[in-house]
Amino acid sequence: MSIQFRFLLGISLSITLTGCFSNNRHQGEKLYAQKCASCHGEQGQGLGRLIPPIAGSDYLTDHRAELPCLLRNGQNEVIVVNGVGYHNVMPGNKSLSPAQVTNLLNYIESHWGNEAAPRTISDVQAQLDKCH
Amino acid sequence: MLLNRLLLLAGLAATLAAPACTEKPKEVARLPIMGERDVVPRADGGPADTVFATVPRFRLIDQAGQPLTNQSFAGRAYVADFFFATCPGICPKMQGELLKVYHQFEKDPRVVFLSHTIDPAHDSIPVLKDYAQRLGIADASRWHFATTGAHGEPTARDTVFQLARAYFTAAQPDKEAPGGFAHNGTFALVDDQGHIRGLYDSLNPTEVARLQKELPVLLAEIDSRKGGAAKQ
Repeated sequence: MSIQFRFLLGISLSITLTGCFSNNRHQGEKLYAQKCASCHGEQGQGLGRLIPPIAGSDYLTDHRAELPCLLRNGQNEVIVVNGVGYHNVMPGNKSLSPAQVTNLLNYIESHWGNEAAPRTISDVQAQLDKCH
Repeated sequence: MLLNRLLLLAGLAATLAAPACTEKPKEVARLPIMGERDVVPRADGGPADTVFATVPRFRLIDQAGQPLTNQSFAGRAYVADFFFATCPGICPKMQGELLKVYHQFEKDPRVVFLSHTIDPAHDSIPVLKDYAQRLGIADASRWHFATTGAHGEPTARDTVFQLARAYFTAAQPDKEAPGGFAHNGTFALVDDQGHIRGLYDSLNPTEVARLQKELPVLLAEIDSRKGGAAKQ
């Protein structure tokens, strides 16, 4: 009885746990596909010298703290990525919540050769509070 | 007895296999001609002629400052689309897809590429040139980035919107759309006589693959026309 109970408890726990995480587990990946991939490419490869790459991009590591504001506000200045200057406008995403920005950045920063430490929502929130 | 049976079986197999051998060779695939067609009675009372739609007359200037008309493309196939240089919406994806097709046919003089800007007020010739170079297109005669408004024509935008409609692409100004213009990313495949022979949604990988498969079909048709004309 007790073994069976433990077993059931184990099953129900694992079900609730995956339930907790599954909702937002791929949020970063989904947001990337919806909002970024049409310009930056499905593999973050960019497009010629028109759209900068995200994959293996030095801009991500050099400007880590500014990225939450860049995602939210977009940018329209010349941007240098891996030694190449780009001047296309990037639209902002004002509607992204701090959690969404966090998930999106964590996805970008852990794919296609990018290997940054994961961000927490509170870090991102603090950086977003300082956006212009 | 056993031999008889074997012979019977062999005979059966032969009759089964025979129709496959005598079947007519499949007709060469032909792409459809898009658009309305007119039926024009002949003056001599003979069977009426069917007149297929063609791309209307146009006059453009490309990133190298070269004028382009329908005549510039006569005798060759071309792939046309509509974009604008500052487009943050579908254009990068669309042009990235066309770039794949371009690379497949880069060295094939039988086909050229033509991208029209729908924002002639912004996309001057230097802007188009910069765009082409940034996309990696060094030879303007292989892929034209062209405008209807190289000389600041006040009707340039209307002209290109009208042209877009003729290529079955919807394009219009839209304050809500990213970049100020709403348009869809259609690739139009045009033959050596100005007929549109295929329309492909650039945002759908299957459709882009279809263009890559159908372009050689059209090139073969054009080759056969040229071969036929040479014999006459």
